[in-house]
Amino acid sequence: MAGIINQKQNFLKGIVKENPIFVMLLGMCPTLGVTTSAFNGLGMGVATLFVLLMSNIVVSLVKNQIPNKVRIPAFIIIIASFVTVVEMVLEAFVPFLYEQLGIFIPLIVVNCLILGRAEAFASKNNVLSSIIDALGMGIGFVIALTVLGATREMLGNGSLFDFKIFSENVNTFIVFILPPGAFIALAYLTVLFNKVTSKIVG
Amino acid sequence: MSKKESTFINMVVSLLVITIISGFLLGYVNDLTIKPKAKARLQKKVDALKIVLPEFDNNPVENIKKIKSEKSKDSIEIYTAYLNKSIVGTAITSSSEKGFNGLVKLMVGFKLNGNIQNIQILDQKETPGLGTKMKGDNFIKQFRGKNPSIYKLKVKKDGGDIDALTGATISSRAFAESVQLAYDEFVKTKKSTKTTEN
Repeated sequence: MAGIINQKQNFLKGIVKENPIFVMLLGMCPTLGVTTSAFNGLGMGVATLFVLLMSNIVVSLVKNQIPNKVRIPAFIIIIASFVTVVEMVLEAFVPFLYEQLGIFIPLIVVNCLILGRAEAFASKNNVLSSIIDALGMGIGFVIALTVLGATREMLGNGSLFDFKIFSENVNTFIVFILPPGAFIALAYLTVLFNKVTSKIVG
Repeated sequence: MSKKESTFINMVVSLLVITIISGFLLGYVNDLTIKPKAKARLQKKVDALKIVLPEFDNNPVENIKKIKSEKSKDSIEIYTAYLNKSIVGTAITSSSEKGFNGLVKLMVGFKLNGNIQNIQILDQKETPGLGTKMKGDNFIKQFRGKNPSIYKLKVKKDGGDIDALTGATISSRAFAESVQLAYDEFVKTKKSTKTTEN
């Protein structure tokens, strides 16, 4: 029973208490770069979630076989392999998404969220805990990226998931689509997120 | 099971094993995806051809001509469309490097008399919400049915006939330049086919 409660906390911490974007501010490069629309944010989030899950599983399985001094290069090889797999599969079966995400897919390799979880969690815990940790962190990442993308798309382009919300004639804040808007939106969302969670969690 | 010691042999062996396994995995996935990837690329071209050309009944991808141009990094591709064995139009891919974020690649469909039938964007990296509006019908419709021999393919700011997109003059310029390049190639191929016919 205690085990289940622990796993539940293990899962939830990635979404709320240690949310990779709004609390830990990890993986800022794809976060700021791709979130020009809700769909891009979602796609990037799901691709990262997959890589994170696979790398956490493999790292926790082979953790005892890898000598301490070469663990970082070993993790990077594992992560890079999965990223390349994701890239090839996306190009073959979802070319539309592949074009949208472009250069940011190879950059998942250096997303510090994935290496961070491999180093800080998967290399010290068993497979089940690592899977749950990856799911929690990954879903936290997906939610954060989608919310950020949706905010920027709505304010900057007047649409949400490509559906027009405001009419063509309404002036939108184009700055939110541009790079500075990413920082502004992220900052306000971070404030909001921490305000709300501090009240709930206490 | 205790953790392996960081001896030289252990480090070499473990890295070697990991790289070999990931190498095989990548090779396997590459084999699996190489066909769907080629198919997806071809499908994109066929879709674009259907949009930019008048109705046709041959497969233009089969008799494609590729031309190297100094003005364009990718080679220019020329597709000829036939209906009942007579030429009905030509589609030409061309690109411009002068977009706001570099490459803007288009496919332009011409009728026999040189009028633009339609334009489809193959590749662009313009700013979402600004330059990407070139995909919209409002922008592209000002090219349809126009003949570039009398219709100046330049934005109004540069003395042409094209209404630039608000806040995206650079993207509009790149678009116009690319269409112009396609038209130049169209004229060239038309001349060369005429001389060979004579």
